Amino acid sequence: MIIQTKSDIAPSEITPKEVFENRREFIQKAGFGLLATAISLPLHAATLRSGAENSDKSLGIANTKSAATSSAFNLHQKISGYSKTTYGTGEKLTPYDDVTTYNNYYEFGTSKSEPAINAKLFKPHPWTISIEGEVKKNKTISIEDIYKLAPLEERIYRMRCVEGWSMVIPWVGLPLAQLIKWAEPNANAKYIEFISMADSQQMTGVNLPVLDWPYVEGLRMDEAMNPLTILAVGLYGEQLPNQNGAPIRLVVPWKYGFKGAKAIVKIRFTEKMPLTTWMKAGPNEYGFYANVNPQVDHPRWTQSSEKRIGAGLFAGRIKTQMFNGYAEQVGQMYAGLDLRKNF
Amino acid sequence: MLYTLKIHHFLSASPTKKQIVWVKFFVFLLSLVPLIRLFWLGLQDDLTANPVEFLERSTGYWTLFILLSTLSLTPVRLMTGRVWQLQLRRMLGLFMFFYACLHITAYMWLDFSFDWTAITKDIVKHKYVLVGFAAFVLTVPLAITSNKFMLKRLRERWKKLHQLVYFIAILGVLHFWWLVKKDIREPLLYAVILFFLLGIRIYFKYSKQLNKVDC
Repeated sequence: MIIQTKSDIAPSEITPKEVFENRREFIQKAGFGLLATAISLPLHAATLRSGAENSDKSLGIANTKSAATSSAFNLHQKISGYSKTTYGTGEKLTPYDDVTTYNNYYEFGTSKSEPAINAKLFKPHPWTISIEGEVKKNKTISIEDIYKLAPLEERIYRMRCVEGWSMVIPWVGLPLAQLIKWAEPNANAKYIEFISMADSQQMTGVNLPVLDWPYVEGLRMDEAMNPLTILAVGLYGEQLPNQNGAPIRLVVPWKYGFKGAKAIVKIRFTEKMPLTTWMKAGPNEYGFYANVNPQVDHPRWTQSSEKRIGAGLFAGRIKTQMFNGYAEQVGQMYAGLDLRKNF
Repeated sequence: MLYTLKIHHFLSASPTKKQIVWVKFFVFLLSLVPLIRLFWLGLQDDLTANPVEFLERSTGYWTLFILLSTLSLTPVRLMTGRVWQLQLRRMLGLFMFFYACLHITAYMWLDFSFDWTAITKDIVKHKYVLVGFAAFVLTVPLAITSNKFMLKRLRERWKKLHQLVYFIAILGVLHFWWLVKKDIREPLLYAVILFFLLGIRIYFKYSKQLNKVDC
């Protein structure tokens, strides 16, 4: 059930860190890389899928059943033209079937297995996001235009859920900073609020008052601008499956998974800290920051260690890292902030 | 007419000894079904993306389910006057203990790899784990004293000791309630069932006392 990332990414495909950090040069390179990946993509995706099948066979377990069901659930629309990045190299990817059948997405039901079933008929196209609040002027952007906003990149990120499990997911997306630039927030914009779709016709879970719909999440402006923060439009080289937040979702890898708002329909820039859905649902359990922090325990779940999904029945737990292992990139944003209070 | 009478007769009559042996055997097999199902799913690699959580949840559900089944035998006696079903109590109680053992084994072994420091922290810090663990600890003396020998030896004290089961059931439902994040429908269902099972007992005890006063 384990896919070796090393075999997927040839060393020549990886953008060197220096190049990546130099934005201007990076964009030029990416334009070039776009061509290259567009050519190699179908091949790459094919090896990816067969790689998953091979690893299943090597365990002596034919995974034909789950492969069949997942292809029935998803259209497997390939994303053409995205570049590889160095993020997450060396991490073992969580199998596609696990990523797409174990989801916390209450709009489609409160159990982990429900979203994959209940989201089948959800229509993520056509889709627009409206931009409001502290901006030069309100505007909307279509999902097609978001795809064109910046070169799409693959980011292999660890995802740590507050419930004590984690995955490694190869997202495809663009830095949120690119959309923010396009949105032109004004000087009052200190925070950014993400509002998810809450369509009771298409989303059965919305009919239950388990949460205060629509789902709202938020980030501080510097967190939103951090190069790690992305808007994901795909995973495993394909358009986001409905149960993973199609057509567009937030991914903030150093925060607990619930920060990643799915099926975003509205982005609002605000002066005050947004009150998020989970803060309303359990103020003593879920804070605004929700940074992965093994030193700050949760009233329910152990946060010092985690279970890696797909590692197997007897794999045990692994140590949770500060900021989910992204302390180097994000730690400085929280200097002087009491993380015990601002959990 | 004759047919319905026959059914009524069948339902109200107490089964023969031989029939009870068969009923016990059937309930025994039935109680093994959840375990067999887990093995079956495990063999097919179908224990979901998070097999440890799945095993913990499944064994937890069945522990509670069997516990509530055990607690429903006395209300049946109180409401119908029938007593033969009480002969299933020990077996069901022991099956509850069996699933509770599987549950805690999954937790300590598969979830925490017998890391005692981490387990201790988890129990002390998280209230849902604490009440669950307390419930398990309390079932141990009940399982040990479930045999005829201990019953004879402890006599009146045995009855007192085994009244702990009510407390265990309350802790078990609390354990489930405090575990769920927001959607409390399922633990609520268990809580309502337990409320009625205990309520019926209290009602009958209370009304009996009233009758005594009246007499």
